[in-house]
Amino acid sequence: MSILVGKNSKVLVQGFTGGEGTFHATQMIEYGTKLVGGVTPNKGGQTHLDLPVFNTVADAVTEVKPNVSIIFVPPAFAADAIMEAAESGIALIVCISEGIPTKDMIMVKAYLSDRECRLVGPNCPGVITPGEAKVGIMPAFIHKPGRIGIVSRSGTLTYEAVDQVTKAGMGQSSCIGIGGDPIIGTTTKDAIELFMNDPDTDGIVMIGEIGGGMEAEAAYYVKEHGTKPVVGFIAGQTAPKGRRMGHAGAIVGGSSDTAEAKMKIMTECGIHVVESPAIIGKKMAEVVGVLA
Amino acid sequence: MNVHEYQGKEILKSFGVTIQEGIVAETADQAVQAAKDLQEQTGTKMWVIKAQIHAGGRGKGGGVKLAKTLEEVKIIAGEIIGMQLVTPQTGPEGKKVNKVLIAEDVYYPGDSEVEEYYMSVLLNRDTGRNIIMYSTEGGMDIEKVAAETPHLIFKEEIDPKVGLQGFQCRKIAYNLGLSGKSFKEMTKFVASLYKAYDATDSSLFEINPVIKASDDRIIDVDAKVAIDDNALYRHPEYEAMRDKSEEDPTEVEAGENDLNYVKLDGNVGCMVNGAGLAMATMDIIKLSGGDPANFLDVGGAANAETVEAGFRIILKDPNVKAILINIFGGIVRCDKVAEGVVAAYKNIPDISIPIIVRLQGTNAEEGKKIIDDSGLQVHSAILLQDAADKVSEVLA
Repeated sequence: MSILVGKNSKVLVQGFTGGEGTFHATQMIEYGTKLVGGVTPNKGGQTHLDLPVFNTVADAVTEVKPNVSIIFVPPAFAADAIMEAAESGIALIVCISEGIPTKDMIMVKAYLSDRECRLVGPNCPGVITPGEAKVGIMPAFIHKPGRIGIVSRSGTLTYEAVDQVTKAGMGQSSCIGIGGDPIIGTTTKDAIELFMNDPDTDGIVMIGEIGGGMEAEAAYYVKEHGTKPVVGFIAGQTAPKGRRMGHAGAIVGGSSDTAEAKMKIMTECGIHVVESPAIIGKKMAEVVGVLA
Repeated sequence: MNVHEYQGKEILKSFGVTIQEGIVAETADQAVQAAKDLQEQTGTKMWVIKAQIHAGGRGKGGGVKLAKTLEEVKIIAGEIIGMQLVTPQTGPEGKKVNKVLIAEDVYYPGDSEVEEYYMSVLLNRDTGRNIIMYSTEGGMDIEKVAAETPHLIFKEEIDPKVGLQGFQCRKIAYNLGLSGKSFKEMTKFVASLYKAYDATDSSLFEINPVIKASDDRIIDVDAKVAIDDNALYRHPEYEAMRDKSEEDPTEVEAGENDLNYVKLDGNVGCMVNGAGLAMATMDIIKLSGGDPANFLDVGGAANAETVEAGFRIILKDPNVKAILINIFGGIVRCDKVAEGVVAAYKNIPDISIPIIVRLQGTNAEEGKKIIDDSGLQVHSAILLQDAADKVSEVLA
């Protein structure tokens, strides 16, 4: 089933009846994702998009047994929603919400640390296993089932990479947008590890950006445990120090989290680093031996 | 969101942190009155006059000076207020000083030597926890200390499940070499400082220096305070401290149009949906022989209005010689963006620089056709590489 989501995913939508939740739930259903219901407090018992609405995640777990939850609630309430999903035993929590206060995420991270669940995001486009399940907000039509895994901190730049991989004659096993915030659940290294252990993945595209130490951590993992080729790109080679580039986490703090420093470590660890975001697909085709 | 030193100190004081007392002034006469009032309150014999701008290194640029008499207060305040202060962090054009803080002298002589320390509170992104970073090497450029003498920088991580503990405060005071009254004062200082950080949803506190005065009091002498923008909705009292005159006016205007804009120094403007793709687009401009003039993320709802607002903002920069628009349509439809580009082009008179529009994703071909059929001097592209090549062409 590739990684994280697939045919057997039973997906719950938190923030189901709101504008965002409704729009993207509809798109996910059209893609063939198995949605089992949604949660909106005080709307339990209603039906929305022909699916049951519950007051709490716990009620939904009892009634329709989801194993994945996707969160569209506003940022002020998103940390609460993540913890509710975790407490109710949801194995995979995908949080799309953007703009959650850092203090809330510090609490969420501590709360999840001794619970058996995985968080993807927040502030991310979600996860897709082409042809099986889409748990996110990405445009479905650019994806094609295949054997390249993609992990990225951004939204549209992920789509760019997906599109290039598809146009270069390959498809994707799964694509994970891990999110652009300073504190996120699944890291670049976590995603790379999942892909390295996935028999349906032959090569990995890793897209990072300025700020933080996640790409270096992933690179060292690739050096130690890598069994598949990795193509890497770091956005923000021209970003000035100390200025936040859109994403809350995209800011150069010191000399170790510049694009240049990250690209150097990645290259040293055997990752095929491209300077230009326009040749990600071409490079992947080269290293896995596909004629574009 | 950054606040001024005097505002940061107000915040710290409200949580029980001992600060170097001061009064803010906007004219030389106000400064003299402030100095008199401060002398009554604190008994200070001298005054430190500190320019209030959102940038560090103020002393190096002549923005922090000592006055020994009220006449000197008047002269120095008169010089600093209104000056264009250049520091290592402002860039060559500097920043205009609108306010000064008249602060008490805390380096007065006494029984023991005055010591300067460094202390900051910030997020450790690798662990997702806050840390208190501190050093005996106060008053210096901390990055330099970290590079040259890393063993002099200490870090104390806070477990969010229980918060900062007493033993941690004691450890910090011991590591700074304190004992007796100053030790006790420091443990209290650290506890109050962290309480303030946590309660205000801050993303950075940097106190450089914290001093041990000659009478063993521990005093906050400077305060760089940044509050998490995403949490400002919980703190309207701090939101009110925002000083828009410290921000780039074009960036403020962009924010009012829901655009995320950062001005840079290059010659090729860009407009992109998504922050990651925007950074990647800046990179590709550089690889094509240009230099990015800005970062501009139009967000997830690019439409005719946002595209036009983006154009107007980019065109304010006289250095811009070309504009690259890069849209990856998902929910955003490229044909709608193309219509927006055509409409904006017609609404804004005299666009005399080349524009390259790269549309990919939902309805990309339809969008390209709209651009190509418009008869406007706009280059269109579908592949990112084509767009890069066109940037090279128009700059050649």
